Amino acid sequence: MVKNKNKKAIKDVFLESGLKVKAVYTHEDLEKSGMEEELPGQYPFTRGIHSEMYRKRPFTIRQYAGFASPEETNERFHFLLKNGQTGLNVAFDLPTQCGLDSDSDEAFGEVGRVGMTVDTLKDFEIAFKNIDLNQITVSLTINGSAIVLIAMYIALAEKWGYDISQLRGTAQNDILKEFIGRGTWIFPVDKSVKLVIDTIEYCAQHVPKYSPVSVCGYHIRESGANPVQEMAYAFCIAKAYSDGTLKRGLGIDEFASRLSFNFDIHGNFFEQIAKFRGGRRLWAKIIREEYHAQNDKSCWMRMIAGGGGGGLTKEQPENNIIRSAYYALVSALSGTQTMALCSYDEAYTIPTEKAAELSLRTMQILINEMGICDTVDPLGGSYYVESLTQQFENLIQEEMKKVDAWGGIEKAIESGKIQESVSRQAYLREKGIQEGKIPKVGLNMFKREEEVKPVDFHPYNQEAAQQQVDKLKLIKQNRNNDEVIKLLNSIHTHATAGKNLMPSVIEAVKGYATVGEIIQTLKDVYGEFQEPIFL
Amino acid sequence: MKILLAKPGLDGHDVGVKVLAQALKEAGFQVIYSGLRKAVEKILDMAEEHQVDVIGLSILSGTHLIISENMMNSMNKRNLKIPWVVGGNIPVKDVDQLMKLGPDQVFPTGTQLRDVITYFQKLN
Repeated sequence: MVKNKNKKAIKDVFLESGLKVKAVYTHEDLEKSGMEEELPGQYPFTRGIHSEMYRKRPFTIRQYAGFASPEETNERFHFLLKNGQTGLNVAFDLPTQCGLDSDSDEAFGEVGRVGMTVDTLKDFEIAFKNIDLNQITVSLTINGSAIVLIAMYIALAEKWGYDISQLRGTAQNDILKEFIGRGTWIFPVDKSVKLVIDTIEYCAQHVPKYSPVSVCGYHIRESGANPVQEMAYAFCIAKAYSDGTLKRGLGIDEFASRLSFNFDIHGNFFEQIAKFRGGRRLWAKIIREEYHAQNDKSCWMRMIAGGGGGGLTKEQPENNIIRSAYYALVSALSGTQTMALCSYDEAYTIPTEKAAELSLRTMQILINEMGICDTVDPLGGSYYVESLTQQFENLIQEEMKKVDAWGGIEKAIESGKIQESVSRQAYLREKGIQEGKIPKVGLNMFKREEEVKPVDFHPYNQEAAQQQVDKLKLIKQNRNNDEVIKLLNSIHTHATAGKNLMPSVIEAVKGYATVGEIIQTLKDVYGEFQEPIFL
Repeated sequence: MKILLAKPGLDGHDVGVKVLAQALKEAGFQVIYSGLRKAVEKILDMAEEHQVDVIGLSILSGTHLIISENMMNSMNKRNLKIPWVVGGNIPVKDVDQLMKLGPDQVFPTGTQLRDVITYFQKLN
């Protein structure tokens, strides 16, 4: 009798993925997951892509930075590097992301507001001044206009005398997720994908150490997707880029090892860890079994993870420091390659210097004080985690089949199917939070009367914006404008002929053609995306 | 009551506006969504074309003051008298300044869905 009463006393627990959690897991669950033989660094890499992981080298710390002018950004880079950061993650302002120049009407009021402005190669020359491109890895957070910015980074390296066959770095360059969340798409879906494939093909042939694409489950999750969809949609996207590249005649082992992923952390602690472990195993199997990769490295799900803006709250913002520390722990326990944390003020503004420093210290404490680097995959063998890992692998696979049934990821995005399903979930989640069904400390429980505190909002610098416009004017006066017209015409010709555009775009940026001019040339050929509205 | 929800400026963060659109629809309103990156003039064209009763602007990139000023000027030029509101990532300290630019209401960061719904119900 007593036993029955106890059974009634505990509530059912369901994870966001729909999985039901038992109160106790045992050796029996571990047996069912069937992974006793797995080792880190060995296919299918559930336990991590390297055999010694952080024991050999801790994860790379790479905070997001990029402030207004290239001049300010350069100062920030030097500050971050002095503080022990090993990679640079560059944010761009919205005009740059949408392929508009600072002097365009649509850019008014947006120049340098949410990141660095880039009009021409000159801006990169300023931003990376006195930074050794061989010593650091730069990650460009750019999508719609990525082909231009990647071309610019390569052009900068060539101009400064680096051997581009040795050049390292990453670009986000995942346009398909922009149609699902974040929204900086420019061209129709098929043309957008073509440009991504141009960069993959070019890099595989000329800049083999560069990672031209980081496929982002992150933004899909932030837009409302559950953790299963986050992984499934990201894998479908990565497959779409791979399929396109294979059609160009490249082999899977010539580019797959340079594809990487960007994932989200917020949500249930163990569910996230299982998501990464199960996802890593599934991705390895896809690349080996479906794409017949020979090289182990092609099968690696390399990732950057740590942030989870959607889990942060504006209420009691200091609580976000604690949340971020847990996210960092999840990320490390999941075997991430690179970590970037959201700063505690990120729910409502661009991180202040103080907040960015705290994020950096959070990761440094984890690495240096907590013993997180001592042994690989410390949760490996956990009854619960292994059981969840196995279930996640299956769930992600099933979700990917749904996308196939919609006609594949590109079709599902063109029709708005994915956007609709993700946005429906965002609504249910928000409703759940506002009704208190999804607990958020400080927001719908343990609330306190907010004392009205002045928030350090990153101020808009109108003067710097004007300086950028003036600088652009001067460049346009001093460059060889006849040459620029020729360079843009060459892009137009190549685009019309369906050729890889990287060579002509690299030449154009070297001649100081602007981001806006190049993107406009491509709009003339490709047209623009018509957003499906599904209300 | 017909509501136009619009995304002016270059900001692509549309989770909030889509969540609000669904909430308003469920509360019985007729909702039209503009899609991303619409110029103020385009938004006003849509408002006139669909004869909406109110316009809601969703702005998260920090450009709310500049866009609202454009909105006020363009509406004056057209002699349009449709009530309009602003929401998104709006710091509380900007609300007073924003209200001077003509919107009928501002919903700063952290506003609850039900407060927005109640507001529109009162307009009805």
